[in-house]
Amino acid sequence: MGARVHIDKDLVAASATPLVLGILAEGDLHGYAILKRVAELSGGRMQWTDGMLYPLLHRLERNGLVSAEWGVSEAGRKRKHYALTTSGREALMERQAQWDVVGDALRQVWNTLRGPEAAGAWA
Amino acid sequence: MSEQFSVDERAGLENQIDQWRAWVLRRQAITPDDAAELEDNLRGQVADLRAGGLDDDEAFLVAVRRMGNLDDVSREFAREHSERLWKQLVLVPEAPAEADRRWRDLGVLIGLAVGAGIAVKSLLALGDDEAFGLNVAFAVLPFLAAYFAWSRRLTGRVAATLVGMTAAVAVAVNLYPFVVTDGSPGMTYVLTATHLPVLLWLLLGVAYTGGAWRDHARRMDFVRFTGELVIYFALIALGGGLLMGLLFGVFGVVDIEIEPFVQDWLMPFAVPGAFLVAAWLVEAKKSVVENMAPVLTRVFTPLTLVLLVAAFVALLAGGPLTAVDRNLLILMDAILLLVLALLLYSISARDPLSPGRPFDWLQLALVVAAFAVDVVALTAMVARIADAGWTANKTAALGLNLVLLVHLLGTGWLLWQFLRRRGTFDAVERWQTRYLPVYAAWAAVVVLAFPPLFSFA
Repeated sequence: MGARVHIDKDLVAASATPLVLGILAEGDLHGYAILKRVAELSGGRMQWTDGMLYPLLHRLERNGLVSAEWGVSEAGRKRKHYALTTSGREALMERQAQWDVVGDALRQVWNTLRGPEAAGAWA
Repeated sequence: MSEQFSVDERAGLENQIDQWRAWVLRRQAITPDDAAELEDNLRGQVADLRAGGLDDDEAFLVAVRRMGNLDDVSREFAREHSERLWKQLVLVPEAPAEADRRWRDLGVLIGLAVGAGIAVKSLLALGDDEAFGLNVAFAVLPFLAAYFAWSRRLTGRVAATLVGMTAAVAVAVNLYPFVVTDGSPGMTYVLTATHLPVLLWLLLGVAYTGGAWRDHARRMDFVRFTGELVIYFALIALGGGLLMGLLFGVFGVVDIEIEPFVQDWLMPFAVPGAFLVAAWLVEAKKSVVENMAPVLTRVFTPLTLVLLVAAFVALLAGGPLTAVDRNLLILMDAILLLVLALLLYSISARDPLSPGRPFDWLQLALVVAAFAVDVVALTAMVARIADAGWTANKTAALGLNLVLLVHLLGTGWLLWQFLRRRGTFDAVERWQTRYLPVYAAWAAVVVLAFPPLFSFA
């Protein structure tokens, strides 16, 4: 696991929705499992403030992108499970297209920053 | 309440979690369900940290810290659930300065209430019933609007626009040469006088939202405010009526005539005053009535459904549609408006996240019944118009019925989608707030365009 990187608040806010939707596309999960998956995917370098995930999930639920169901955990406690809905899947596709564009542009910027000699070293 | 959460280290993990839960629940924006969700997270985190080698206390502390600053989290919850935000005056727990502000608000409000009383009294002093009917809304509502402009720090531009629009409407309706035959005013006068308060009320909504009238959540707040205001005003009027009865009784026994005083001085100040104080109470005591709204809608939704079915039968039993009594049609409009108000009010009080419940089906039944009544009433109206031609009253009634029909149709469809899990309740809510300007537009047409169109008859 890598060291934690501080990620700017705005960037967290922008990337949280596609990340959550994408993680839920792999299967239904409860809140804490989503957080664990985020940590896992980023190799532990990205960690959200736990409490902030839930208002986000509720917003996605209100907008119909995810659906939620109360269930019971292994320990027999109340636990809310979230699942991606059809419109959530569509929203995810849309976000993915947007991020692809942003990612492409950024990659090129990083490449120029690295300079031609570095690029040569990579080759 | 923004002090740090402290752990009693002697208590076991379960006790610590209990304390933490109680501490979380002190925030009004966080419901027990949210707390259960957060607790599940906390327990998961603690379990993982302990598996990683930490002891109970350490794991608990780290898990609590990872949860984040609870003030921030609760603010996020409040932002997401604006219907909960409505319950609290401020996002974070109240500071002493807030309490001071509340008293200052009350002071300003009482001043404005006295102003409204003076305006109503001066209007009455003119002794012109027609002028009173047209202007009473202008005598009261601007004072309430001024209160909102003050408490919401309305920008000069918005305030100027509102004042300009209100003044233009006031000048127009007062200059209209309404025809008066045998001392009783004509149809267009009555239509203008009844639709004017609706138009002004929706303009007031702009002040209520602090200028952010396009915002869905703020519009919903205004709907809630309107519903609660009606309840508070009714309660105050009830109590006031009781006191008045006792006053009359006491002075009747000692043989002192107080009726002139009550009529000339007490009522012109008491009624607008009660209205403004009711508005202030709604603002200051949101959470109290919040508990009443769901109960009231649950009691009245089934009753109104019964009323609607009865109205439907009465409409059909009244003989051929062309011969339906005019008064019955007017009553139908009143019932439909009541249904819409009830619907709007219960939608505004509902948690948009809770799944479809039997009560939602009841609400759908109410919408369908109202739709059926509206269609029959519309048919009767069209038949009458085909029979006897257009008049201002018939056109106004037809227009109102069409506006209601579209509103009901949209609500019914979205509710049906929601109940079949094809849509969200959020969509139902948004349809309501999006449709509100249609009422303002229709009221404006009736107030401003009808009198000249129907030659002020």
